[in-house]
Amino acid sequence: MRQNKKWYEYLWIASLTYLLLGFFNILFAWLGLLCFFIPLLISIIKGNKAYCNKFCGRGQLFSLVGGRFGLSRKKEVPKWMKSKYFRYGFLAFFLTMFLLMLWNTYLVFAGTKNLHMAVTLLWTFKLPWHWAYHGTLFSDGVAQFAFGFYSVMLTSTVLGFLTMILFKPRSWCVYCPMGTMTQLICKVKSKS
Amino acid sequence: MTKRKATVSTRDCVACGCCMKVCPKKAITVPKGIYAEVNRDLCVGCGICAKECPASVITLEEVKV
Repeated sequence: MRQNKKWYEYLWIASLTYLLLGFFNILFAWLGLLCFFIPLLISIIKGNKAYCNKFCGRGQLFSLVGGRFGLSRKKEVPKWMKSKYFRYGFLAFFLTMFLLMLWNTYLVFAGTKNLHMAVTLLWTFKLPWHWAYHGTLFSDGVAQFAFGFYSVMLTSTVLGFLTMILFKPRSWCVYCPMGTMTQLICKVKSKS
Repeated sequence: MTKRKATVSTRDCVACGCCMKVCPKKAITVPKGIYAEVNRDLCVGCGICAKECPASVITLEEVKV
């Protein structure tokens, strides 16, 4: 075994724990914001993709399951999937759905909508998830955001696992919206 | 003499850094977060990165040395 493994090479444990925690208490979903803000901040401040390159626990999880455990066909991803149109299109779609989720959260905060105790998989399938709800301290909106955010995280993990099985282990990295966004930020930054 | 060296199609690279992680010679970096760069002095042309690259944008090219 290779010696001197760095601490960040174990971050896949954090990613896995995050997914499991969501089955017990949905409020843990808030922790997922770290996976949004850390890569963005690194790309804005440092102008690189150190998050993708080193710290992304999800990528490590796919490498481990698809690579070490061999749960991947290890075939090339289709051409359209790595095209700029698809990558930026998927980013736009992802952000739109994210804004919609924020809007729904706002409606619950404002009291015009009731808390919906469900996790939406692949933006379509509503899975009952009431067992992971044990009340919330402030407003129902806090829990609504957690359900919405966990839906985003679970959906992207499921998609990632699907493409891991069909193509190469880290195929998710090709169309990961965060990866596309941070690369875009890096491009803009290096030009200015 | 020619030697095989890893070559990145910079236009299609997604800068994920998978190649950098598996390179046994630490010949690859992703300096600006836009694409991966291969240090040809260090690259031994083993092709591990090409196999790993999820976007399959690394090829081994014959280079005169």
